[in-house]
Amino acid sequence: MLQNIIDRRLAGKNKSIGNRERFLRRYKDQVREAVQRAINGRSIRDIEKGEDIAIPKRDLSEPVFHHGQGGIRDVVHPGNREYVKGDRIERPQGGGGQGGRGNQASDDGEGEDDFVFSLSKEEFMQVFFEDLALPNLVKTALAEVPEWKSQRAGFSSDGTPNNLHVVRSMRGALGRRIALGASARREIKELEARLAELREQAGAGDAALTRDHAQEIEAIEARLAHLYGRMRGIPYLDPIDLRYRSRIKVPVPTTKAVMFCLMDVSGSMDEQRKELSKRFFILLYLFLTRHYDKIELVFIRHHTQAQEVTEDEFFHATETGGTVVSSALVLLDEIIQARYPTSEWNLYVAQASDGDNWHHDSSRCTEILENKVLPLVRYYAYVQVAQTEQNLWDEYLGLAERHKHFAMRKVLDPSQIYPVFRELFKKEGVDA
Amino acid sequence: MSAEPVVKPLPGPSDWTFELIHDYHQAIRATAEGYKLDTYPNQLEIITAEQMMDAYASVGMPVNYRHWSYGKEFIATEKNYRRGFMGLAYEIVINSNPCISYLMEENTMAMQALVIAHAAYGHNSFFKGNYLFRMWTDASSIIDYLVYAKNYVAACEERHGIDAVEELLDSCHALMNHGVDRYRRPGKLSLEKELARREEREAYLQQQVNDLWRTLPRRADRAGDEESVRRFPVEPQENLLYFIEKHAPLLEPWQREIVRIVRKVAQYFYPQRQTQVMNEGWATFWHYTLLNTMYDQGQLTDGIMLEWLQSHTNVVFQPPVGHRAYSGINPYALGFAMYTDLKRVCEHPTEEDRRWFPDFAGSAQGAAPGSHAWLKTLDYAMRNFKDESFVGQFLSPKVMRDFRFFAVHDDEDDPELEISAIHDESGYRALRESLSRQYDLGSREPNIQVWSVNLRGDRSLTLRHAQHNNRPLSDGTREVLKHVARLWGFAVHLESVDPQGDVRQHWTVVPAES
Repeated sequence: MLQNIIDRRLAGKNKSIGNRERFLRRYKDQVREAVQRAINGRSIRDIEKGEDIAIPKRDLSEPVFHHGQGGIRDVVHPGNREYVKGDRIERPQGGGGQGGRGNQASDDGEGEDDFVFSLSKEEFMQVFFEDLALPNLVKTALAEVPEWKSQRAGFSSDGTPNNLHVVRSMRGALGRRIALGASARREIKELEARLAELREQAGAGDAALTRDHAQEIEAIEARLAHLYGRMRGIPYLDPIDLRYRSRIKVPVPTTKAVMFCLMDVSGSMDEQRKELSKRFFILLYLFLTRHYDKIELVFIRHHTQAQEVTEDEFFHATETGGTVVSSALVLLDEIIQARYPTSEWNLYVAQASDGDNWHHDSSRCTEILENKVLPLVRYYAYVQVAQTEQNLWDEYLGLAERHKHFAMRKVLDPSQIYPVFRELFKKEGVDA
Repeated sequence: MSAEPVVKPLPGPSDWTFELIHDYHQAIRATAEGYKLDTYPNQLEIITAEQMMDAYASVGMPVNYRHWSYGKEFIATEKNYRRGFMGLAYEIVINSNPCISYLMEENTMAMQALVIAHAAYGHNSFFKGNYLFRMWTDASSIIDYLVYAKNYVAACEERHGIDAVEELLDSCHALMNHGVDRYRRPGKLSLEKELARREEREAYLQQQVNDLWRTLPRRADRAGDEESVRRFPVEPQENLLYFIEKHAPLLEPWQREIVRIVRKVAQYFYPQRQTQVMNEGWATFWHYTLLNTMYDQGQLTDGIMLEWLQSHTNVVFQPPVGHRAYSGINPYALGFAMYTDLKRVCEHPTEEDRRWFPDFAGSAQGAAPGSHAWLKTLDYAMRNFKDESFVGQFLSPKVMRDFRFFAVHDDEDDPELEISAIHDESGYRALRESLSRQYDLGSREPNIQVWSVNLRGDRSLTLRHAQHNNRPLSDGTREVLKHVARLWGFAVHLESVDPQGDVRQHWTVVPAES
């Protein structure tokens, strides 16, 4: 009988998704720019968020032929208050005299506001990945949601029948019955006592008294009948008594990881090189978030001396002077020994530098890495954000040959970062 | 149908159920039949707010081809809705057979009743009755055609790349308002015919285009003999998209088909643009009349009444000029007032009405109460007019007084504006005429026609804008011409000509090398 009423609510929503994609595609450049700005401004940890994108309205316009200002117009308006025929009034500013054509006003108006919309987290990451030229497999690996397992989490008042917890429900029902019946029961008790007393006295004789008592007994009996009725009216089991076993989803617990970010902050590292380095760190961080529950970040910056700092200081403070890379490695080793025993932590190191180093120091770096650091860490990635190869580069080249989990690469553009991690992702790709 | 004397009111909870919608629908249908409303069969569809936004974004149609501008629309709608800047329309109704009305899940029962009366009976009967809709649209095939359009555009994207299709659609959309023969009766849409004839047409068209241009070399040797060259087109053409579809020299068959699709869709929406006041007014008049009738028969509770009346009052509110919310004349308000007034003129005419509307003033006087003698006049008014002529014919002095209309004359050469007419005895005629012209699409949109094609020389296309009241074209014109040039493939000129025949503005755009 309801054939002409159709429930479409479950039919596809998001029919506009194709149109939205086309829109984003068209404004790719603006979107990419906004995403880059956002990445530079964000902390490594909150990279995975959406972003508001603003596009100047003018760029979005769809031109059509229409009339411009000028010429002769006759327009009818409602709501005349004081005008009579022949009145002359001053021309309102901004062409306000032509209200009759609502759409024209908005079409003509030139870019008052930007067109602002939000990019979802997924779309944001998509653009970010595109910039880094990640292979598709890696994109999926990074975008993939971690595995979940379901776990007991107490009881809840709604659920499916198969999760019904009988004992809990009955206990609740009992409690409710006791609570709801308390006042009635108390009164019953008192009335019964009084009734017994009256009956006893009635047996003792005294006609007048007995008549009085008979009335009272009748009243009490009526009241008792009512109260028993009320007691019976309390439901044995009420929907609000039902308790269900509750299960929640928790990410599959994996072990902990710590990520060390090492960066040269000497005078030669300018903003642009730091931003490039930042993307390098972000990528490693993202990789780790897919595999570890708990990730700690340690930021070590160095020039001639190394120092452990906060993320903000790490990216935004500039120092001057020379460079001694080994100072950072020594500090790294100290921190590992003191705080991150390898039995509990998976260690990852990402180092960025422009390749400058005090020339006697480079061999010392190799030594520290080879003997102390590399045996402890899962992966060590090094990027040089400058073109010139210096002795540090040569020393590291030797290391890379001997150690498979030491990766290095020259990076001058975000799209060149990914290959540093190729080994890392490849290994995980096989595992997964 | 309305024979049952005592009726129990329909339940009036705020939450709707399918059974309730069904019951209300039955009651509304019975009432509408009592008023002899002639409609397409109804199909009511319950949708979510998100689906409503989807429908919004693709110009209210359940399916449409994909284009970034619909994405933009969707994003804007969604943003405003989420932030609470705007409520969604309560309903969307599609001129199709059966007539599809969307009811939003969030609506209360009272609102669903309002929407059913408004859309499924008001708009529906207008779609079926009004001459423009009968002439321009074929309700039974529009959905099929859009499905075909969507698939065809998708197939083209696959074959020729998204960019190529997007550019083409952008250009077509720029000319969408100039894709209609205003004065010629179009062929109706029919899917089978479209499909059957498409390939034939593609082949034939290409040949026709080739024929046109093949005359070139033969004529070239007689250069200088301008007069003897046949003029093309012989007469100016107002349908730019049609002209491009048929005659643009470089378009490939698939491109011509897409131009055609955009043109057909534009044609489908053309009557809606011309009957805003009539259509919305008609639907508003009928939800008001139907629901009130049902209340009088005891079918509706007071709660339901109050709720939809509140909404009705908002819809027909006309802010006066200068009010913060003023953005022109509210078509709902004007249309509703005019139909209501027509009914009054039929039933209780004043002396003034008899002078203004001698044909039908008092035509329902003394008629039996249940006979609805005024229906004849309203039905005639609904069927045979568009906004322009409807206002010109039926706007009564009383409505002008109620709205306190006044006309402003704005001449560029005059530093001040002049009040040319107000709602008084001497101004009624002028006001009515002026308002009627305001609804004439021809004067709202620039009159641009294909003037000539240079067949012998550079193949350039010349368009001509006939200025109306010396009104020039806006700054965006060059952008539109770029689109025209992209479609035409060669240079495009546009001359803006004043009534004296002098060229006042001139643009030339050469297509970008691609």
